[in-house]
Amino acid sequence: MNPPALEARQLTKYFDDPVRVQVLHGLTFALGRGEFAAVVGKSGCGKSTLLYLLSTMDTVYEGDLLIDGVLMRGKKEAELARVRNEQIGFVFQFHYLLNEFSVLRNVMLPGEKLGKFSRQEIEHRAYEKLKILGIESEALKLPNQLSGGQKQRVAIARALINDPLIIMGDEPTGNLDKKNGEIVFDIFKQLAETYHQALLIVTHDPEFAAKTHRIIEMEDGRIVNGAATGPGQPQ
Amino acid sequence: MNLPLLYDVALSLLLARWRQTLVAAVGVTFSITMFIALLSFMSGLNQLLDGLVLNRTPHVRLYNEVKPAPQQPIDRYTAGQRQHNFIRSIKPSDELPRIHNVGAIIAALRHDPRVRGVSPKTQAQVFYNVGTINLTGTISGIEAEEQNRLFAFGDYVVAGNPLSLKTVANSIILGKAAADIMLVSVGDVVQVTTVKGNRVQLKVVGLFQSGLLDIDKVQSYTSLATAQKLLGEANNYITDVQVKLYDFTLSPRLAQEYAQRYEVQAMDIQTANSEFETGTFIRTLISYAVGITLLTVAGFGIFNILNMMIYEKMDTIAILKAVGFSGTDVRRLFVAVALAIGLSGGGVGLLCGFGLSALIARVPFEPASLPTVHTYPVNFDPLFYVIGGVFSLVTTYLAGFFPARKASQIDPVIIIRGK
Ligand SMILES: Nc1ncnc2c1ncn2[C@@H]1O[C@H](COP(=O)(O)OP(=O)(O)OP(=O)(O)O)[C@@H](O)[C@H]1O
Ligand SMILES: [Mg+2]
Repeated sequence: MNPPALEARQLTKYFDDPVRVQVLHGLTFALGRGEFAAVVGKSGCGKSTLLYLLSTMDTVYEGDLLIDGVLMRGKKEAELARVRNEQIGFVFQFHYLLNEFSVLRNVMLPGEKLGKFSRQEIEHRAYEKLKILGIESEALKLPNQLSGGQKQRVAIARALINDPLIIMGDEPTGNLDKKNGEIVFDIFKQLAETYHQALLIVTHDPEFAAKTHRIIEMEDGRIVNGAATGPGQPQ
Repeated sequence: MNLPLLYDVALSLLLARWRQTLVAAVGVTFSITMFIALLSFMSGLNQLLDGLVLNRTPHVRLYNEVKPAPQQPIDRYTAGQRQHNFIRSIKPSDELPRIHNVGAIIAALRHDPRVRGVSPKTQAQVFYNVGTINLTGTISGIEAEEQNRLFAFGDYVVAGNPLSLKTVANSIILGKAAADIMLVSVGDVVQVTTVKGNRVQLKVVGLFQSGLLDIDKVQSYTSLATAQKLLGEANNYITDVQVKLYDFTLSPRLAQEYAQRYEVQAMDIQTANSEFETGTFIRTLISYAVGITLLTVAGFGIFNILNMMIYEKMDTIAILKAVGFSGTDVRRLFVAVALAIGLSGGGVGLLCGFGLSALIARVPFEPASLPTVHTYPVNFDPLFYVIGGVFSLVTTYLAGFFPARKASQIDPVIIIRGK
């Protein structure tokens, strides 16, 4: 059997500034391939902090993180960058597009960095991702010429370009209207069910959360619900 | 590696801030331009001034000083005895400052592989007769051809032909200032009185101008034979042997060697003109100091722009890292940005430097003392361009290195949280 896409063992995080506070208290859970999970919880309970740890960007923590069965501890910065590039697609709470580049190029960049496909192929794939999200007509615009919701969808397209093992999102639908939110949800669901990608999405939208396979509920840096799971939980 | 991608991203960053980029690049261009122009001009000037010395002065000059015999007759009688002789006011014996056995010395020197050429000279003190007045003067008997070949004699002959000395009997090339006093010009005849009282008529075939008025008032040239005739000496009477070497840095050593071997006095060019070398060194030092200062200032310009750019591009850096660019990639990216500014600014600077040098080289410059110079001297030495190019690369690399390192260490989480 394949290892879980993502596994956290006793993840613990402290912030030292201004005083030492523990934000995450020994989180243990796993996320299987093809699993679509929502992370919910009150503001300030540590959802974003958790996501930054899982995305390998934050390397100061206790406990262990395994991606595709591989331990992340002890990996060099460049190796972690490679893991992010190849295996993780991240959609931020805010859009974070590069304003120097066209929408298309923004989507292409992680693919160009990975260098697995030729430029033309990457461009073709980028167009496809944009088409899925319904914004292919904006491909040649600059990001600051787009609306907030459009930007968010470009960011999602970018997260998908390398067909990552895991897609993480920090309120990726926060800026979308109901209709587009639903489109994104359907895309996520399809990614999980058809392409067996794992999805871990932080959301404040209970409706969105309810439709996912699994809800991980957090409170004050602890998982209070949904930590234990088995594959095959999807409703 | 994905260097092309990094260069591409670097280019986009540059184009997005093209105004600042331009300012930084123009800074580099300006400093490289000035560096090249300054060094070319200064070095041209140095070459000109050194040339004055190196062209006119023999690298080694052999001569025989008039001095009292080291062994006085009394010494022969008292040698070995326990006594001292005190003789006051010794006079030199009746001997002219000729070099003995000069024919053999010259022949030997001409065979020396380090020697480019040898030109003998005979100095004669004379009076120029102007009506009833006598002006003191020095006439140097020379071999016009050798003198011209080795010491650019022709460059300083402002009227007439230097080689006429050989073809016209009893001819003289008069110092220009002396000619002005005597109111003579080429074709006229002047009369001189030798120290022995003989009067001789000499035909003026040229005028000579060294640029130093005091010299031009007294110094004249004639052929070796004429000079020897003026002195009433035989044709082996030579007072100076001027030696030009292939490598003038050897002069001090060879001067010593010749002095010992031929039992003459020998003066090398470095000893005779020590102040010139100091001047050259100081001028070169100053031009390099100014040039490097300019480049350093340009380097700080780049440093500033990059720091600002990194500050502005925090989000971009964070996002690049989040999507899988490593710290090394980010560092390379910003070093590439710096080098792009340095390369483009430096390249244009080299061209502009060449242009400015070429322009300076066309500005009229007619110093009275240098009849052969008509424009400012410029030395188009490729070495300056190499130094300028290398230095612009090194400064921009250093200027980019620290900001780039700072960028590579940016923690994306802090930036992303900060939004
Ligand atoms: N750099 C930091 N230094 C100190 N404390 C921090 C730092 N970053 C976050 N925190 C604290 O950690 C806790 C968790 O923050 P986090 O951003 O993970 O919350 P969140 O669940 O994402 O909230 P939201 O739903 O509002 O986005 C908060 O109490 C916050 O004050
Ligand atoms: Mg958050």
